Amino acid sequence: MKLPTLREVGVEARLLLIGIPVFLWTMIPIYHMFLFAISPKEDAFSGKLWPAHPTLNNFRIVFHQEHYFLRDFWIQFWNSIVIALAAGALTLLIATAAAFAISRLKVPGGRWVMNLALFTYFIPAAFLAVPMYRTMGNYGLLNNHWSLILAMVTIASPYAIWVLKQASDKLPVELDEAATMDGATIPQLFRLVYVPLMMPSLVAIGTYAILLAWNEYLYAFLLLSKDTEITLPVALGNFLAADDSPWELLMTTGFIYALPPAAIYYAFKRYMVGGLTAGAVKS
Amino acid sequence: MAITISGDQAMPGPPLSARLTTPQVWGIVLVAPYLLVFLAFVVYPVGYGLWLARHPASYVALYHDPIFARAAVNTLIFLLVGINLKMMIALLLSGFFAQQRPWIKWLSVLFILPWAVPSIPTILSVRFMFNPEWGVVNTLIFKLTGDDGPNWLNDPTVALSMAIGVHIWKSLPFWTLILMTGRLAISHDLYEAAEVDGASRTQKFRFITWPSMQALYLTCTLLSMIWTLGDFNSVYLLTGGGPADLTHVLATLGIRYLRLDQLSLAMASIVCALPFVLPLIYFMMKRLSR
Repeated sequence: MKLPTLREVGVEARLLLIGIPVFLWTMIPIYHMFLFAISPKEDAFSGKLWPAHPTLNNFRIVFHQEHYFLRDFWIQFWNSIVIALAAGALTLLIATAAAFAISRLKVPGGRWVMNLALFTYFIPAAFLAVPMYRTMGNYGLLNNHWSLILAMVTIASPYAIWVLKQASDKLPVELDEAATMDGATIPQLFRLVYVPLMMPSLVAIGTYAILLAWNEYLYAFLLLSKDTEITLPVALGNFLAADDSPWELLMTTGFIYALPPAAIYYAFKRYMVGGLTAGAVKS
Repeated sequence: MAITISGDQAMPGPPLSARLTTPQVWGIVLVAPYLLVFLAFVVYPVGYGLWLARHPASYVALYHDPIFARAAVNTLIFLLVGINLKMMIALLLSGFFAQQRPWIKWLSVLFILPWAVPSIPTILSVRFMFNPEWGVVNTLIFKLTGDDGPNWLNDPTVALSMAIGVHIWKSLPFWTLILMTGRLAISHDLYEAAEVDGASRTQKFRFITWPSMQALYLTCTLLSMIWTLGDFNSVYLLTGGGPADLTHVLATLGIRYLRLDQLSLAMASIVCALPFVLPLIYFMMKRLSR
């Protein structure tokens, strides 16, 4: 055992001087939410770091929908799941087809499609939301889950196509040539060669689209309004309409709502970060 | 592909299907769903929105609406202060997280949380923390000093600063991650050579890190500006635009007009931001197409 030198201690101290504030800054709002979720109503406002009587009663109330604000909790939870999964599936379908066409089939004008798609991200989200709301009205989709699903597909697809194109450019051309020599048609090429090889990227993109749709607030809030049609974040926002809204229940619901994306993120972290990093180095 | 459509009317080329190879036909079929989505949900809304914003009367109305002027100023403050602060912190932290230490690795796992979890519960959590009557912050201030804490979200300046803070809290992990990848891509040999030459920490940053990160940093800043213009949640969920509509930014103002059924005003307020957005888009396009 060698004792650390003074210099090493200094470096470590300096790092801690950054690390501790970063830790507090990151965790305080999240911990505050968690604290509310496990505190009985009268404890929640005491300003203690740990409640005197931690309880899971708030979760019980939420799960049994025992409050006016929570009367549609399960159906809203279900709406969130359906919309997230549908947006994820549809994004995967559309983006994989487009990436295959652009990268493997070299469709004429493919580069243009790619650039146009990325242009979507140069329109600030809230700016697109205003005309999008009216457009959905014109299409007769307002208050229909499809409006939110399609809006999410619109926003998720460009990134999805870009990442998938990047990944499929790396697959050797000889693969396609060999398959074609053996008499594979293009649908077979897609199904039997392309999709299996692209699996890791497809998992990442599917996860990305699901998280995007699950986390979305603004579009959900604009496009859906009926209590039994809205998703969880919109329901959380509706808590704010009343002054006497039960904070501890709001935070409990929020905590339940935030858990799946956090869990999914950590489960798929390897894929997600890989996809992001590929983008960063390119730019 | 030698046959092109010239002015020759008498001898039309073979039909389109004959000039395309099978893969190309399939390519068009496969790219079509996305193009349909793009046309229906990007091109049409943008065109329709611009068409709705065509009346000069809307701009006159905006000009006379004090909330609009305030929102425009707020947006500018939000962008200039918020983004520069955020990117500078991200640059600093990217160096911190690039250190190889087990505890820093653990911290980085936690650090990503604000970005990974949805914004509404966490922003509402911050909102409750700063509630003047029951919030934890003022409860603590009362316990420690016996005085009532400030009425945080009721002061427009404080409220806007806090909205900026929430925005930074939410998006800092993402930009730190991006800048960290840029930093890790710098060859380690350069630092070793500098070490041999006795370069100080500041010199290493100035002559190695910064020159190699400059382009990425600028791209990130521009992109973040465009995205932050569309940041509705940070302001809406924290302050709701209040007190007295003094903390609106263009993103929340457009939605506010929309909720008040003044669609042409909503679009006009967005069009007013275009002189600012278009140069950003132009620079981004130029950078990305290089």
